[in-house]
Amino acid sequence: MNTLEFFSLVAMLVVAAASGLVGAFALMRRMTLAADAMSHVALPGLGAAMLIGINPLIGGAIALFLGAVLVWRLELKTKIATETIVGVVFSTSLAVGALLSPDHELLELLFGGETLFTWGEAIVGMVTGLVIIGLILSLKERFAISFLSADLAAVTGIRREFLEFLFLMFFVITVLLGLNFLGVLLMGSLIIVPAATAKNVAKSFKGDLFASALISSLSVLVGWLIANRFAFEIGPSIIAVAAVFFFVSLLFRD
Amino acid sequence: MEVTIRDRVILHDISFSVKRGDFAAIIGPNGAGKTTLFRALIGSIPHGGTVVWAKDARIGYVPQHVDLDRHLALTLQDFLQLKSRVLNLPDTAVNDVAQMLHIDEGKLKLPLSSLSAGELQRGLIAFALIGNPNVLLFDEPTANLDAPGEEHIYQTLHKLQNERDMTILFISHDLNLVTRYADTVICVSSSLFCAGPPKETLTPEVVDKLYGSLPFEHIHAKK
Repeated sequence: MNTLEFFSLVAMLVVAAASGLVGAFALMRRMTLAADAMSHVALPGLGAAMLIGINPLIGGAIALFLGAVLVWRLELKTKIATETIVGVVFSTSLAVGALLSPDHELLELLFGGETLFTWGEAIVGMVTGLVIIGLILSLKERFAISFLSADLAAVTGIRREFLEFLFLMFFVITVLLGLNFLGVLLMGSLIIVPAATAKNVAKSFKGDLFASALISSLSVLVGWLIANRFAFEIGPSIIAVAAVFFFVSLLFRD
Repeated sequence: MEVTIRDRVILHDISFSVKRGDFAAIIGPNGAGKTTLFRALIGSIPHGGTVVWAKDARIGYVPQHVDLDRHLALTLQDFLQLKSRVLNLPDTAVNDVAQMLHIDEGKLKLPLSSLSAGELQRGLIAFALIGNPNVLLFDEPTANLDAPGEEHIYQTLHKLQNERDMTILFISHDLNLVTRYADTVICVSSSLFCAGPPKETLTPEVVDKLYGSLPFEHIHAKK
């Protein structure tokens, strides 16, 4: 393993830990389905960017940002909207994205596959991942109150609308960081599946956050090892491992 | 104040004041907008008109219930610490409030989702009391408590009101409790709105108009 391979793996593990934390709060916010599907929104952006020949991640970032703002605005107005957005907009964006994306790139855009990052990708992944982890941990109480009850947040002096927006931005950035190795379909799963596993085994708030980040990183590590050993695709290997952890955790659920 | 939710006017032309240290009861029939009034007062929903609190007002709020996920990994202690940490208070603030409300150590360690309705309500009251508020808003504070539990909560509230000059606004359906504890009563209803001391305000005519005649009387009258 050379230095770049090593730091690529470290970047993946850091991104996975951030994704575990984002997922824990996404579940607390009851957006399991939306969180899993929101990453799909990146595809038309990635495809369109490739068509016009700019960095795909810029297109993906714009598309995800618009998707997040859509969720944020509509949730403030009505309750049923989120489900509708997930069912209609997010799924349609997969179809539109697939039409826009070049055929030979489509599989990688959907399922990831990059195991060797550029130095730039590795450094951005590690630094941004760590910043997101730090910010989420420092805001964890505020996030939790906001997601548990809007009324309790209001009376505790928490600016809930702003926090909701901030959370969705963390979500979007985390998805972007994971796109190269997991793709638009599987990155949503890395956010949700380890968090769901942690919820089954954790008994406290801190335990839940810690377990979610740990299980997420462990899924990436084991998935990476399996993919290397058996020459499997990295993305599907990681999510398969995460799924195994989830089913095992069901045995511990009260 | 006026509150409109999705083009439906819930509260219209509501106006009242509560003095510092008062024990004010909000009464009214189901669906009259009592909870909506509270949510507007704490700034959780948009409203027309103005709400003016004293400059040093620190508000605590006890919702009627919080819709909790059954598998939420959050102990009662975690839940209370969320607030003490947001307010930058030492963790002992949680224990102080727990002691005041007779919540024992064992209960603090239990997940929120495994508490009974009464225990959860006590937890919500504890949450409201963290940070030493001087105004408390209670939405049917004792709806899920048994009789001794209810008595204890009202005694605690009364003690708080006296010792700390706390202003308390509470929603209640129990007119006996209202006449026993309240200094001021505020009635909320689409057809009638009144405010004043309970003895003068709660005349039989007002109560009748506020809650309307009981529905089964109409059924019998028709037969």
